[in-house]
Amino acid sequence: MTTTAHHIEPVAVAPKPTVGSHIRDYLSRVGGGDLGALPAVLGLIVLCVFFAIMKPVFFSAGNFANLFTQGAAVTIIAMGLIFVLLLGEIDLSAGFASGVCAAILAQLMAEQGAPWYLAVLAAIVTGVVIGLVLGFLVAKVGIPSFVVTLAGFLAFQGTVLLLIKGGTNVSIRDDVILAIANKNIVPWLGWVLTIIGIAGYAAVVLLSRRRRAARGLVTEPLAVAVGRIAALAVILGIAVFVLNQERSRNVVVVSLKGVPIVVPIIAALLIIWTFILRRTAYGRHIYAVGGNREAARRAGISVDRIRISVFVICSGMAAIGGIVAASRANSVDANTGGSNVLLYAVGAAVIGGTSLFGGKGRVLDALLGGAVIAVIDNGMGLMGLSSGQKFVFTGVVLLLAAGVDALSRRRAAATGTR
Amino acid sequence: MSVTPLLEARGIDKRFGPVQVLKDVDLTVTPGEVTALVGDNGAGKSTLVKCISGIYPIDAGEFLFDGQPVTIHGPRDAAGLGIEVVYQDLALCDNLDIVQNMFLGRERRSGLVLDEPTMEQMAAETLAGLSVRTVKSLRQHVSSLSGGQRQTVAIAKAVLWNSKVVILDEPTAALGVAQTAQVLELVRRLADRGLAVVLISHNMNDVFAVSDRIAALYLGQMVAQVKTTDVTHAQVVELITAGRSGDLGLAAEKIDNGVEYADTLTTPGAEQ
Ligand SMILES: Nc1ncnc2c1ncn2[C@@H]1O[C@H](COP(=O)(O)OP(=O)(O)OP(=O)(O)O)[C@@H](O)[C@H]1O
Ligand SMILES: [Mg+2]
Repeated sequence: MTTTAHHIEPVAVAPKPTVGSHIRDYLSRVGGGDLGALPAVLGLIVLCVFFAIMKPVFFSAGNFANLFTQGAAVTIIAMGLIFVLLLGEIDLSAGFASGVCAAILAQLMAEQGAPWYLAVLAAIVTGVVIGLVLGFLVAKVGIPSFVVTLAGFLAFQGTVLLLIKGGTNVSIRDDVILAIANKNIVPWLGWVLTIIGIAGYAAVVLLSRRRRAARGLVTEPLAVAVGRIAALAVILGIAVFVLNQERSRNVVVVSLKGVPIVVPIIAALLIIWTFILRRTAYGRHIYAVGGNREAARRAGISVDRIRISVFVICSGMAAIGGIVAASRANSVDANTGGSNVLLYAVGAAVIGGTSLFGGKGRVLDALLGGAVIAVIDNGMGLMGLSSGQKFVFTGVVLLLAAGVDALSRRRAAATGTR
Repeated sequence: MSVTPLLEARGIDKRFGPVQVLKDVDLTVTPGEVTALVGDNGAGKSTLVKCISGIYPIDAGEFLFDGQPVTIHGPRDAAGLGIEVVYQDLALCDNLDIVQNMFLGRERRSGLVLDEPTMEQMAAETLAGLSVRTVKSLRQHVSSLSGGQRQTVAIAKAVLWNSKVVILDEPTAALGVAQTAQVLELVRRLADRGLAVVLISHNMNDVFAVSDRIAALYLGQMVAQVKTTDVTHAQVVELITAGRSGDLGLAAEKIDNGVEYADTLTTPGAEQ
């Protein structure tokens, strides 16, 4: 072989990125079909503006707080679902799995008089066991997840009925559980947590930037890094400020202000799962199995273990979602985790930008999509529309999101970006 | 030959149900050399590679590494020995970037957390060491790369690990002229760095351009392992298509009978 000269730019000496090149990169990614969070964010803005015009009360502090407590359970379930969707699988049983776990929680407290922490532990363990069984049937026995979880959907619906023993509902009386979706943290604590959150994010962004620069690797421009931190600070700041306003109609009787307790819970789950997905080898392997299962296998990754584990995460998160739902409803009935919960959760993930085809998605998607769903549900409720109209509209939005996903994939395939 | 073989396969049998795909296959791979593994479609080349890398269990036979018998039960065992394979279908994850693909399954960590800067730096050094300058950013998704670039990433992934044996299954099959030349040059450079390289290819020009030895598979049997300089194009083509060529390959009557094979193989030039 003789040496042939190559005439292509070197690898390490890529041009130093500037704010301009960063924006251009982003635009070309979007143009190439990698829309990321764009559709969800745009959709959220459009919907908020629309509802605010139709019903000014939509923009009140009280309604803003409602959005969080209304959307919490679905968002948490969607976070877990994203792990399953990342592998290109589906869990149709997540809704009723959350119902089963909530029923166990309620019954343990109502009948056995169990303390709240034991009941919560039992609910989460139940979720984990459900996930293990589903994952085993999918990964080891080889039944398609669609079928396994469809069977689960039916069976768990029945299990909820059996657990509440045909009664109409089991009430929750424990103050701790009730507080999750019905109480707020004191305003100053809300600010403290916000500042810790922003400082933590800033530290992560700036430190990792420093570490990369120290090794002579390409770093994003400082202005972009600072811009991200500032954006987070502004969004969190406004949200906490609004939530800390007095929402009570009659302050003399009861004062109602502060961030709903469920919000920091969701934030903690978001941070933990994002860390696991983006910063650990396990998370990397989930993406690998979702992107190319055979390649993952050849890289020595235990594909079966990954597949089982995502169902465990999904059902475990469904359990937490079920606890939140039970707290919000003050009770568990035959419909806890039923009706639209599962479809809203899948919808939240897809609207947020997680692909149904596997390999693409973030935990944050659940939050964005969950917000869209909560806004639709809440706004249409304020406008006095019927459940029928809400379902139809949400269905259309879900279809729209899945359509955007499919089309952006096609576009990505055509332009070779993905 | 003075150099001792690094990897030796002896008497490998492999069947898929009733179909015997490999019959008593021997193969020796020497460091610093490119061994071309040739054979018709379905001859069993890819299967042999997957047996070596532990993806398929073998039915009979043994592997020697550095003269010692070894058992290979999975990709991690093979990787532990320093055997890396670039598969025919590449086995890259489209949704991951170049660095993530190169370290897949063997991520660098500091504590629990992935050590991205170290991985990116090592990937950059490896690609630079291979004189690869064709990728714009190490953080671009593999799906956005051209065929040759993907092939380069797959090869770089294989040499990242101080590997001793690199097996490439048809690395140039889907490439254009310029990119083929690039990849072949890369292959040659690996051998010159002292690695044992196995190159599977259907292209005789490529085989003669880079290989030191040629091993020919015919219907699952190793019919000859010869020095490239000892044979002609025509002879190799005959070995591939008929299993024999002159005094090379299977003895004539064995082929005609079509019953008993494999015990009368002559492999001149491969005597160790
Ligand atoms: N997983 C499998 N199950 C059953 N038969 C298989 C399997 N893999 C390969 N085979 C058979 O084994 C034989 C050899 O296949 P192999 O892929 O090793 O051929 P090859 O020499 O790599 O061919 P090519 O040049 O087309 O890549 C073929 O007849 C094929 O049908
Ligand atoms: Mg092959």
